Amino acid sequence: MRVMLPLGLAALVLFIGSLLIGPAGLGIGESLTALIFGGEGPLTLVMREIRLPRAILAVMIGASLGLSGAAMQGYLRNPLAEPGLIGVSGSAALGAVLSIQTGLAAAFALALPVAALIGALAGVILVMLLAGRGGTSLTLILAGIAVSALAGAMTSLVLNLSPNPFAANEIVFWMMGSLADRSMTHVWIALPFMALGWLLLASVGRGLAALTLGEDAAAAMGVNLRGLRLVIVIGTACVVGAGTAVAGAIGFVGLVVPHILRPFVRAHPGRLLFASALGGAVMLLAADIAVRVVLPARDLKLGVLTALVGAPLFLHLIYKMRKGEV
Amino acid sequence: MWGSVQASEHIKRAAALAVLTGVASLYGALPVHPEPQRVVSMNLCTDQLAMLVAREGQLHSVSYLAGDDRSSAMTAEAAQYDVNHGLAEEVYLMQPDLVIAGAYTTRATVAMLRRLDIPVVTFEAANSLEDVRARILQMGDVLKREAVAQTLVSDFDTRLAELRTQVQERPRAILYYAGGYTQGDQTLAGQILLAAGFGNGAAEAGYSAGMKMPLEVLAMAAPDIVVTSRPYPGRSRAEEVTDHPVVRSFRDLQASATVSDHDWVCGTPYVLRAIDKLGAARRAMTAEVE
Repeated sequence: MRVMLPLGLAALVLFIGSLLIGPAGLGIGESLTALIFGGEGPLTLVMREIRLPRAILAVMIGASLGLSGAAMQGYLRNPLAEPGLIGVSGSAALGAVLSIQTGLAAAFALALPVAALIGALAGVILVMLLAGRGGTSLTLILAGIAVSALAGAMTSLVLNLSPNPFAANEIVFWMMGSLADRSMTHVWIALPFMALGWLLLASVGRGLAALTLGEDAAAAMGVNLRGLRLVIVIGTACVVGAGTAVAGAIGFVGLVVPHILRPFVRAHPGRLLFASALGGAVMLLAADIAVRVVLPARDLKLGVLTALVGAPLFLHLIYKMRKGEV
Repeated sequence: MWGSVQASEHIKRAAALAVLTGVASLYGALPVHPEPQRVVSMNLCTDQLAMLVAREGQLHSVSYLAGDDRSSAMTAEAAQYDVNHGLAEEVYLMQPDLVIAGAYTTRATVAMLRRLDIPVVTFEAANSLEDVRARILQMGDVLKREAVAQTLVSDFDTRLAELRTQVQERPRAILYYAGGYTQGDQTLAGQILLAAGFGNGAAEAGYSAGMKMPLEVLAMAAPDIVVTSRPYPGRSRAEEVTDHPVVRSFRDLQASATVSDHDWVCGTPYVLRAIDKLGAARRAMTAEVE
């Protein structure tokens, strides 16, 4: 539990930092006053309609990615499992793009997260079928690469076929993710699905703890393995689907965060779930502040930063795996 | 056998030379730049200028964009011409004696056509109302239709003078297009705003050219009106930003008058129509304020 307090504090500080940083360059006092007490001026508009939804989404999506990464790694007992790497985020993006380009999302606001959720569900089921629970890391990663590549190609195809000349440029948004120019509408359409996913994923701690002793032992302890799998699949699809629908596919958060936090919770899967949710929020808030500081007004994609941190760690894990340490 | 082939080659070459010198002397007798007879335009803006200025039968083909109502103000006229897509192969096969292109578009095609010895004239984009006059005159010069171009320019001047009324207060407008792009005062759209009696909020915030303006900067600039672009079919995130609550809060209720359309795109006399419509929107706005 010693790790929770610093993580919570860091998330709080970064959340406030996220509210205070932006191209408009406002004073700290006046910004917070406008945010809390409102008022007529443009300051309130900036704080409540631009920065607040952005900071809230960073927390929601970061927590979702951290949580789902920890749950998947615990269930598959594989440190390389992560929604971005195994193609779940990519499939969710395909679902989202399809609902937008068919006009479904415009006709019915919740069609966007629902379509992304269905995409994510299809992706996670496909990967789990291909890799199998007892499968090696290699089959999991290969299945993930195949699903990612297919979903990415289909997303590009749909966007290139769109009659809208701007759509094709947005391939990079769906592959890399961004929180620029989001509004409270996006918070509201993502929240119900994410909340459901959080509840589902938060409930698997005991099952994952039992599973560390092996499947037979877990079954003997009364853990319903099929039920556990179902809860993780649906929970992951909910949180990743809703997050990708509003911010695109952001990779590596679910890989990096549980990996860093595992030693602090003595590898206890239940505690790792909560720590990873907080850690994911911290990582995404930090990344989203960094994109605004490094290249203001250019909309650098979040996935660029998370990959810069995550990809070297991924390589490191592969190297350790080759030496048989994982 | 070998000798006879060589001999016939010699004869051919001599004949060719004779024809060439004949052509050259004929050419020398004519003016240096004869009137082009078969002109192909590959750029949306030169398409429209050429359609306005060209003699009947002189213009052979215009670009496919000239037939797109979203960007072209002359779709009906464009239907009378062959369509090109700015590809070197198709344009070459049209056998034009003059190709007109934009300075920044279809550059590879322009380079290729020049290598194939087809005369190409490029037009700079218009960034001001003064540029509009200059482009019309340039088109008259290129097509040897100076008189027509001169008439168009004097009509343009007269109507512009009528539209450019002195205004007491200039409501501050910001142009906000897909992807958060705005247009400062050194652009054609910015000049249309000024001529219609608006102030350009983007220019006040330090944006002189066409640049990306963060939503926050737009909010802090707090313009009286935001002019957005007409969305394309299908959907995109870039256009979604023009529907963000912040933009919506600034967008005037008369949405039809505050959308930039095909009259805004090119430096043609149609910008007068844009100025006219926008001026009406301004009068409606200031009357409401008073």
